[in-house]
Amino acid sequence: MADRGGTGSGGGGGQGALETAKKSRKPKYSRFSQQELPACKPILTPGWVITTFISIGVVFIPIGLASLFASQRVTEIVYQYDSDCIPPEFSDDSVEFIKSDKTNKTCTRTITVPKQMKSPIYVYYQLNNFYQNHRRYVKSRDDKQLWSKEDETSSQECKPEDFTANGQPIVPCGLIAWSLFNDTYKFRVNDKVLEVNKKNIAWSSDRDHKFGSDVYPKNFQSGTLIGGGKLNSSIPLNQQEDLIVWMRPAALPTFRKLYGKIETDLEANDKIYIVIENNYNTYSFGGKKKLVLSTTSWMGGKNDFLGLAYLTVGGLCLFLAISFILVYVLKPRPLGDPSYLSWNRNAAGILN
Amino acid sequence: MSRPKIRWSKLYSFSCIPLRRAPRHAQVGQRGYSRVVHCNEPDNPEALQSNYRGNYVSTTKYTATNFIPKSLFEQFRRVANIYFLVVACVSFSPLAPYTALSVLAPLVVVIGATMAKEAVEDWRRRKQDIEANNRKAEVYGKDHNFHETRWKNLRVGDLIRVHKDEYFPADIFLISSSYEDGICYVETMNLDGETNLKLKQSLEVTSSICDEVSLEDFKAIIRCEDPNENLYSFVGNLQYSGKEYPLSLKQILLRDSKLKNTDYVHGVVVFTGHDTKVMKNATDPPSKRSKIERRMDRVIYVLFSTLITISFVGSFFFGTQTGRDLSDGKYRRWYICPSDTTVFFDPRRASLAALFHFLTGLMLYGYLIPISLYVSIEFVKVLQSIFINQDLDMYHDETDRPARARTSNLNEELGQIDTILSDKTGTLTCNSMEFIKCSIAGVAYGRGETEVERAVAGRHKDSDVESFEIYTDASGQGQVVDTHSYTRHVKGFNFEDERIMHGQWVNEPNHGIIQKFFQVLAICHTVIPEVNNQTGEIYYEAESPDEAAFVVAARELGFEFFERKQMSLSMREIDFEKGTKVDRNYELLHILEFSSTRKRMSVIVKSEEGRLLLLSKGADSVMLERLSKDGRSFLSDTRSHINKYSEAGLRTLVIAYRDLGEDEYRIWEDEFVNAKASISAERDALIDSAAEKIEKDLNLLGATAVEDKLQKGVPECIEKLEGAGIKIWVLTGDKMETAVNIGYACKLLRQGMKLIVITLDALDENHEKDMDKEAVVKVSSEAVRNQIQNGISQILSSKETAASFGLIIDGKSLNFALKKELEDSFLDLATRCASVICCRSSPKQKALVTRLVKVKTGKTTLSIGDGANDVSMLQEADVGIGISGVEGMQAVMASDFAIAQFQFLQRLLLVHGHWCYRRIAMMICYFFYKNITFGFTLFWFEAYASFSGQPAYNDWYMSFYNVFFTSLPVIALGVFDQDVSARLCLKNPLLYQEGMQNVLFNWPRILGWMCNGVGSSVIIFFCTTNAIIGQAFRGDGQVADYGILGVTMYTCVVWTVNCQMALSINYFTWIQHVFIWGSIAFWYLFLVVYGFLTPTLSTTAYMVLVEACAPSFLYWLSTLLVVVSSLLPYFSYRAFQTWFKPMPHDIIQRRRKWLEISENKSVNKNEKEDSGELPARVKNKLKHLEENLRHTRS
Repeated sequence: MADRGGTGSGGGGGQGALETAKKSRKPKYSRFSQQELPACKPILTPGWVITTFISIGVVFIPIGLASLFASQRVTEIVYQYDSDCIPPEFSDDSVEFIKSDKTNKTCTRTITVPKQMKSPIYVYYQLNNFYQNHRRYVKSRDDKQLWSKEDETSSQECKPEDFTANGQPIVPCGLIAWSLFNDTYKFRVNDKVLEVNKKNIAWSSDRDHKFGSDVYPKNFQSGTLIGGGKLNSSIPLNQQEDLIVWMRPAALPTFRKLYGKIETDLEANDKIYIVIENNYNTYSFGGKKKLVLSTTSWMGGKNDFLGLAYLTVGGLCLFLAISFILVYVLKPRPLGDPSYLSWNRNAAGILN
Repeated sequence: MSRPKIRWSKLYSFSCIPLRRAPRHAQVGQRGYSRVVHCNEPDNPEALQSNYRGNYVSTTKYTATNFIPKSLFEQFRRVANIYFLVVACVSFSPLAPYTALSVLAPLVVVIGATMAKEAVEDWRRRKQDIEANNRKAEVYGKDHNFHETRWKNLRVGDLIRVHKDEYFPADIFLISSSYEDGICYVETMNLDGETNLKLKQSLEVTSSICDEVSLEDFKAIIRCEDPNENLYSFVGNLQYSGKEYPLSLKQILLRDSKLKNTDYVHGVVVFTGHDTKVMKNATDPPSKRSKIERRMDRVIYVLFSTLITISFVGSFFFGTQTGRDLSDGKYRRWYICPSDTTVFFDPRRASLAALFHFLTGLMLYGYLIPISLYVSIEFVKVLQSIFINQDLDMYHDETDRPARARTSNLNEELGQIDTILSDKTGTLTCNSMEFIKCSIAGVAYGRGETEVERAVAGRHKDSDVESFEIYTDASGQGQVVDTHSYTRHVKGFNFEDERIMHGQWVNEPNHGIIQKFFQVLAICHTVIPEVNNQTGEIYYEAESPDEAAFVVAARELGFEFFERKQMSLSMREIDFEKGTKVDRNYELLHILEFSSTRKRMSVIVKSEEGRLLLLSKGADSVMLERLSKDGRSFLSDTRSHINKYSEAGLRTLVIAYRDLGEDEYRIWEDEFVNAKASISAERDALIDSAAEKIEKDLNLLGATAVEDKLQKGVPECIEKLEGAGIKIWVLTGDKMETAVNIGYACKLLRQGMKLIVITLDALDENHEKDMDKEAVVKVSSEAVRNQIQNGISQILSSKETAASFGLIIDGKSLNFALKKELEDSFLDLATRCASVICCRSSPKQKALVTRLVKVKTGKTTLSIGDGANDVSMLQEADVGIGISGVEGMQAVMASDFAIAQFQFLQRLLLVHGHWCYRRIAMMICYFFYKNITFGFTLFWFEAYASFSGQPAYNDWYMSFYNVFFTSLPVIALGVFDQDVSARLCLKNPLLYQEGMQNVLFNWPRILGWMCNGVGSSVIIFFCTTNAIIGQAFRGDGQVADYGILGVTMYTCVVWTVNCQMALSINYFTWIQHVFIWGSIAFWYLFLVVYGFLTPTLSTTAYMVLVEACAPSFLYWLSTLLVVVSSLLPYFSYRAFQTWFKPMPHDIIQRRRKWLEISENKSVNKNEKEDSGELPARVKNKLKHLEENLRHTRS
């Protein structure tokens, strides 16, 4: 069936039967079709293995040291204030305290700067046990509404914070905006107010492309359920940087978000006088709140993990390299090793 | 004329088309035989009513209209695809963790790709159809002339003319041909692959209707069977001018066969288009599944259960956490507003929420099940098949046949073959007979040595010198052998003996007998000569290769048969008195056909001098008893020669003749003609008994011996395959002696091998006569049991384990050995033997043996054969290989792979099989690895997102994972990877053990890869989170959010998975480089492009690389750290493994390296060493390995 062609084939005369006018079915030669392409065939020879391990070690250890050094240079002050800022009389009922309108939530504390901190000093708030990555939470926003005024009729995703009781669209809608963090911090050092610069704390792409300059908060936090912070409805969304920062969901339940920058150097043993407006309810779900002041290095904030990990992996590789070298020295020619043949029996044993 | 016409249709003695007597003609008109064809009047109202299909042919699977639904249906017959479809549907509900589109897109790509493949294949078929449908045919029109029309316009009942070398457009009833007696020759290559011409003949009543005028009056009705697929039968009759004539296949010309040597034929279209026999015969290749694929299914079940488990774990924790949102009447996580929520997050109905979440989990972790695995495997296998088809080393020049993978399902199965069950004739041997020896007048001629003899000689080298005295006797005679080199090799002729060659026979004492002998060879046959006009050379068209060999031999010795006319044969011979060439004519009077019961054929001819001669050839068993008293003067010599020949693996025939008296002949002829003319059921029996009466009192001339030569490279191939540890069983219909000798010749049996023979021959003679059947069965069964037990105990008691055993069993014993109660012990014995030969086995027994081995040992079996009698065996085995040789295409049609020569089997198995096995196994393992790596990072992230079902990555990263970022390298692995080169594969057949023992796809290995995947995912998730989360991740104080973590983790996944690939492959061509590094580069490219889309489309990915990640050192450093540390376990494992427990391919790779180095050194020293030669140490090593293997096997 394969070959039906050729009605016109065949020669004249009596010998036609044996003349085959067919094309040869011989495959054409090419290195590709014969699977003979030039190739490099890496083999794990002892030399290669040792070289690889050593070079990993040689590369990794300096990187580890550099990262560790960078991390060590960063000065970081972490101050947990969630329980400190609850007045003793409310210590048993912190949720009640935080929810009440009548309680005074201002709380002042003093912390000491352990080392000199060069500006810029970044101010973060750190929340703990707060699932900003919860599916319901992450999805509860409407990017279109944030960007353009025309799309303020919010989508289904924003439920339940989409419309007010009388059907007015809420801008910005959704749970993320609704649960905006609203603790505030004020700092004084040596009786001088430390200015906290809250400009440019959000990603510029967010400011320029996700939050509209003509979109103003509307009906925000006007319902019966009050979530987090309120917004000044006369400032367009693209200038509400706290909101913008907040609306980038954190990856894990423990996260820091940028609060502002202090553009003054702090000296060692400076006493910082902090006034905290402790408004945000983390008490319901047992979350911690921390205030973080940190300088940065080229690598970012203070985190020894990377440096230690690099050192560990690099060290491990060097160790492996050495053990391999020892093995090769002790068993120089494995071709003569009879234990070598065990693959046969073993493999047969594995089967069935 | 007083004599009736010779029935040319009876000319072919070894008829391939079994002549069915026509008992079924009575059924014509009944159910199944209801077709009515109105010849030459297709417009007859009755004909129109019956509404037969036209001649339009479509072999396509789909049409333009049904393509979409039908191919979609085909796609969703796969369970995995249904799963993904269900997921896609559910993803439109709020349960979905990601957007529906991102689920649908890969599904559409995957299904679209498969559908496109189907469409392309179908388009090709369609083009072929169009070509066939539009071929030209000549049809007889109303104006009594022939007109050109297209094939597709032909209708049942059309009268058409077909010219020489044209294909028949439909199944046609032959009316007449350019020959007077209505014969024509047909080539059925496309039907059964047989190249010889077949003869068809019209009914006598119609044979004269051969011009336009007489055709006008031809009106007849054919009533015949309904369309069916049986190529070898036709039942019907012709109603013409008031009489009924039975029709047989002789009058039917089948579509797709070709008219040859006949100027034209006229015929009536009986079956058209899809009703034709060839179309009814078109079957799909058999569908078998490979072991790997079956195991893969089980692995997928494992993955499914993993999926269900982790989804369950996820939903359990989700349920508890959701439930805790409402504790003591207070809402804990107020920010997700549990007070006002849908059921999916409702803390008051936490268990229901958990249940729904379970579905979400199934979707989210669905990445554990690789969506593209099936498609990729299919794609890879198709490419692998192309490599098999393209392999020049498996292309056979003489027959112009490349290897052909008829199914791509079984490529990797080729790498796991444990037992080969092989046919003998045509598979191990060429099935092209060569005339090699003859015994004339009691003198043995022919000094050629057969391969069997060489092997036998080797076997007896020390012990039994006398046994082949006969051969030296034949050639020795004290003469100095004239070594004028006889270089011109003639097909079918391998005879060398200067005593009778080149006209020297006239000097022999018995030259008269010699002359007669070769005259018989030149005349007693049914061969058709074809003279090439240009060269004057003569080709012979013979039904059986034996006959061709005889005619060729006669020609080479000076008796050249050159013409066959209707009633005469002509040959040219040297008149030894005058010494000149003379032409002789013999009037052909009768042909007494060959049949398997008669085992002989004769012709009756009248020589020019008017002598009546009966020339006869046949098997010794029937011929020797028919000799006359005077004609047996050298009987004993001839008989001993015949025995020696058959021991040497040759096929023998006895040649005899007889002078007939006029009177005797006349009396006999009357009887014979009557018998032939009779139409009763016993017609054949009558003819046989008539023939019997004249085939007696023969004068012995001598005997011929033709060799069925071993195919080229067979012994080497078998040696290689045995070196690979593959067991080879030969299942043959031959006699035991022939089979054993062939066994030695092809190195299946070796010197020093102990043979265990199971036979019932001895029993037969003693008991069969005086016992009833049941008792015979009982005794035989007992005898077989005893012999098997003896064999086993012989093996067990044998001290030297290295000495292997060969088992030989004959067909009768096999019958008993395959019975339920004995099959286990038989198999036990057989598997202890290195090689097994089953002689005199029927096709059914072949299949039974195959099944026994396949089912009872659970190992992979391969059957190889070339004939129709091997079909059932090929279909029964795990892999069926057809030899596309001379015996037709039936075996090939039933096979999974077709090769031209047995010797290609070694390349097919040791190279392609090994590679394909390795590739597929690695590919599947790697697929699981990469999807587990990916899937589990999602799971770890979930654990930190209170199992809410939020995926760690952007939707589109995920959907492109299997399609773009990881698919091409794995396909490259599946198509191109090779652990060692083809040359080394063949040189170290032991490497094949990897596949046989399935070391690359056993559970420990699969689970190892899975664990590697889980490990990588742990490293990826925890390293990235610990490195970048929690503090500023760049110098400007910015922190990493959800989107950035996703990108970082995903980058690590892409890098790790692709670098893992780079580590695992052994063969880096530019293709691999492009695919692997390209995939990684493509990820960054994708990220940049996707990041530049508007934020509403790109959401979390907006500008993420350009703005956030790329400027961060931490991002790059953590990628490096994660990639290196997640590859470290595998790398060290491999490093230690290749050192302490190397796999066979490791050893060979190392040795290759070692060789290269030593070669370089030796080149430096100017010592040219054969690169193929291994250093002594390595050789010892190999020897050691081999011995070890033999040890473990026995």
